[in-house]
Amino acid sequence: MFELFRAKQTLRFMKYSKPASWFSILLIVGSLATLSINWLNWGLDFTGGTLIEVGFEQPANLTEVRATLAEADFGDAIVQHFGSSHEVMVRLAPREGVKGEVIGTNVLNALQQADFGQVDMRRIEFVGPNVGDELAEDGGLAIIIALICILIYVSARFEWRLAMGSVFALAHDIIITLGVFSLFQLEFDLTVLAALLAVVGYSLNDTIVVFDRIRENFRLLATSTPEDIVDQSLTQTLSRTLITSGTTIFVLVSLFIFGGALIHGFATALLIGIFVGTYSSIYVASSSAIRLGISRDHMIPEVVEKEGADQEAIL
Amino acid sequence: MLNKYPMWKYVLLGFIVLISLLYAAPNLYGEDPAIQVSATRGAKVELATLDKVQSILEQAGISPKSAALENGQILVRLKTSEDQLVARENISSSLGDGFVTALNLAPSTPAWLEAIGGGPLKLGLDLRGGVHFLMEVDMDEAVVKAQEQMVQDLRSDLREEKIRFRGIRKDSSTTGVLLRFTDQDTLDKAVDFLKPRNAGFEFTDKVEKDEYVLTIAMTELKLKSIKEDALQQNLSILRNRVNELGVAEPLVQRQGIDRIVVELPGIQDTARAKEILGATATLEFHPVDSVTDVNDALAGRLPSSSVIYKERNGRPVVVKKQIILTGNHIVDAQSSADEYGRPQVNISLDSKGGSKMSRFTKNNIGKPMATLFIEYLPTGKKKANGKLEIKKREEIANVATIQAQLGRSFRITGLDNAAEAHNLALLLRAGALIAPIQIVEERTIGPSLGEQNIDNGIKAMTYGMLAVILFMFVYYRKFGVVANTALLFNIVMIIGVMSMIPGATLTLPGIAGIVLTVGMAVDANVLIFERIREELRAGKSVQKAIHEGYANAFSTIADANITTLITAIILFAVGTGPIKGFAVTLAIGIATSMFTSIFGTRAIVNAVWGGRNNIKKLSI
Repeated sequence: MFELFRAKQTLRFMKYSKPASWFSILLIVGSLATLSINWLNWGLDFTGGTLIEVGFEQPANLTEVRATLAEADFGDAIVQHFGSSHEVMVRLAPREGVKGEVIGTNVLNALQQADFGQVDMRRIEFVGPNVGDELAEDGGLAIIIALICILIYVSARFEWRLAMGSVFALAHDIIITLGVFSLFQLEFDLTVLAALLAVVGYSLNDTIVVFDRIRENFRLLATSTPEDIVDQSLTQTLSRTLITSGTTIFVLVSLFIFGGALIHGFATALLIGIFVGTYSSIYVASSSAIRLGISRDHMIPEVVEKEGADQEAIL
Repeated sequence: MLNKYPMWKYVLLGFIVLISLLYAAPNLYGEDPAIQVSATRGAKVELATLDKVQSILEQAGISPKSAALENGQILVRLKTSEDQLVARENISSSLGDGFVTALNLAPSTPAWLEAIGGGPLKLGLDLRGGVHFLMEVDMDEAVVKAQEQMVQDLRSDLREEKIRFRGIRKDSSTTGVLLRFTDQDTLDKAVDFLKPRNAGFEFTDKVEKDEYVLTIAMTELKLKSIKEDALQQNLSILRNRVNELGVAEPLVQRQGIDRIVVELPGIQDTARAKEILGATATLEFHPVDSVTDVNDALAGRLPSSSVIYKERNGRPVVVKKQIILTGNHIVDAQSSADEYGRPQVNISLDSKGGSKMSRFTKNNIGKPMATLFIEYLPTGKKKANGKLEIKKREEIANVATIQAQLGRSFRITGLDNAAEAHNLALLLRAGALIAPIQIVEERTIGPSLGEQNIDNGIKAMTYGMLAVILFMFVYYRKFGVVANTALLFNIVMIIGVMSMIPGATLTLPGIAGIVLTVGMAVDANVLIFERIREELRAGKSVQKAIHEGYANAFSTIADANITTLITAIILFAVGTGPIKGFAVTLAIGIATSMFTSIFGTRAIVNAVWGGRNNIKKLSI
């Protein structure tokens, strides 16, 4: 048997729960601080405006591109490479009195008429300012609804203390992932929002596996303290946690490297989320459940036997 | 005996494997460059058209793979994309007006697969290139127009009824109309008269200084129906125009209460698309010139007061230049059936239009009247002064005999069938656009970017999967091979299911969703295998360990996956476009991965190891 990790005895995770809590609080405060100072680098989906991605035959000189655009009265354009030196992304804020959908075509014309050789249109996006605001609102709402639904489901399946623990962990993961995006001013677009919700799903996955074991052990081991039970459960599930995080990180790294520039934000958010989520299912979720006073009594009376336990297994 | 599946479970598994493979199979066949010929108003695609297309191709020296008439469209499959361009050039110039020739990629799915509903995955715009518009209907304008309409109608109604009022104006603070009277009696009379005629309005009166003010406001319900009508009207007009563009598989769909999504795959020239979508149309009612003979008119003997227009089937009609009424007086037009089930179109005019119509029809009972539809379409070319060249297209939509003196609402009968009635109502409504629309979001993806996105997605998936497969093999040995088999089959199943569901489209975030599923799908197997290892360590027998491993891991796996499914559903509900695509693949991936990694692997494990009591060690 080849094993990544083998514990001879139970690892004392909860011994470090205090410093871990401080560490988490520090990260959260830090994230909130950078969010309140820098907020997020909102992508076009949320700010509105026009984005033009063009492909050049030769590596493009950004200074020349900027100069050409300034001549065509687009001096305020943000010009940067996108993916490779042949691709250039031009972004413009919404303008008063000018129809946004016209700007894209005008920028493209300006570049095609200048002396850059062949210039291909790769993508033009125009988003009206109101649409962006709505998207941001809907996105925030989606995350809150997701958290509430999960709170209800986990409460029903487990116990409210565990449910609270898992929701704390999720909020922790989302805030820290947002914090990293804010600190490094990574662009926050719709795919990142989708990734955040996927992080919610993933991190919860991890937490539930641990909680399931905690519940089982509370029922099996009559005498242990809650800390003991949590430590044992975490130890028993640790290799699974590491392996699943590992395989997920494999595919995400592959997505980050090969998936192209459009998917970078998505992959980045999930990579951060998975690191933080793995940590939080150990320290945030379990230790807050302990702090909320979880005990054996909470697990025993509710005879929520596993569904279909009295029937013959179908699998 | 432990760990033995009954035969029916294998049969079921085999059946599901087969179905998935079958529906995933069309994706292996690729696509043919093709040309799609469809008819616009005024023409019909017939067998004769097909013959003509074939002879055009022959003349151009192109031998197509196939050419067939299906669902009123001609689909010509070609061997190369060079052929495709030449063929389109020739067909569109030779067939002329009335036909739209569009470039298309037709899936070369074999006929037997197509017969059972098989077809390749539908790709989102970010993968195939094209343009996406989000348009917003100006609802404020729709309400203001309805208010103005009310003012006009109420004024003429009250005048007709000889109820005197001091003034009438639209109330800008609410969605209603203010009527001022000199005394309470007249106000009451007005209320008694108007109330039964105006359902959907709320009447309130108050005394202001020495005036008696009556407020007639639209109810919430009425307001909602006005907005709904404005949206529906725009929706049907856009559908019509999109068909004119000749795009293969366009999408026109409402989104929320005031938005419309238009997706045009393969279109690069967004300027032209926007012009056509924004084209204006109008209607005119003309008296038919029944004195002049049509053949004389065609021969040039046409009185200066008349003109010749053509009907949609090409039949010429001589009409007088005199305009009875223009389309902007049309408030509504609906197709329905009369008491005998015959199709008809009910038309409502505003008060001005009503009195014009009434005046004209009074002296012309028994005479025919023609409805002329005029559309201003940009040709896509520019005039010398840089302005866009606009083409005016006129066509007689209908000729009807005036049966009686007509008023504000009347109907056109004598239509051939319900479809014609529906079409006519659509045209009549198009003449009177209630609410303007504007583009609030536009995304154009070039074809090269689309292809690159597909390449990137496939590359990311392949390498990610290879890493996972390698790891699982090294770590779990034979059981790893079992998990990998399930993983590969999971991919086939996702593709099969996505190809099967009509509404599912694959987008770039959707590919990311599949890639993510690959990473997370093995989780179920990791949970099971770790559990089996634990049971073995606890000294249980091999068979018992396998059994308990699966049994104990099941509820954990179910809980973990259901919560992820919740997030996928929420994403689907709030997301748009590509994000919806992500949610769909994520949800399908969760379902299929649970099936393959629990049921699928167990079937293999049971077949290989199950029921054998001589096994001392497991390769796990």
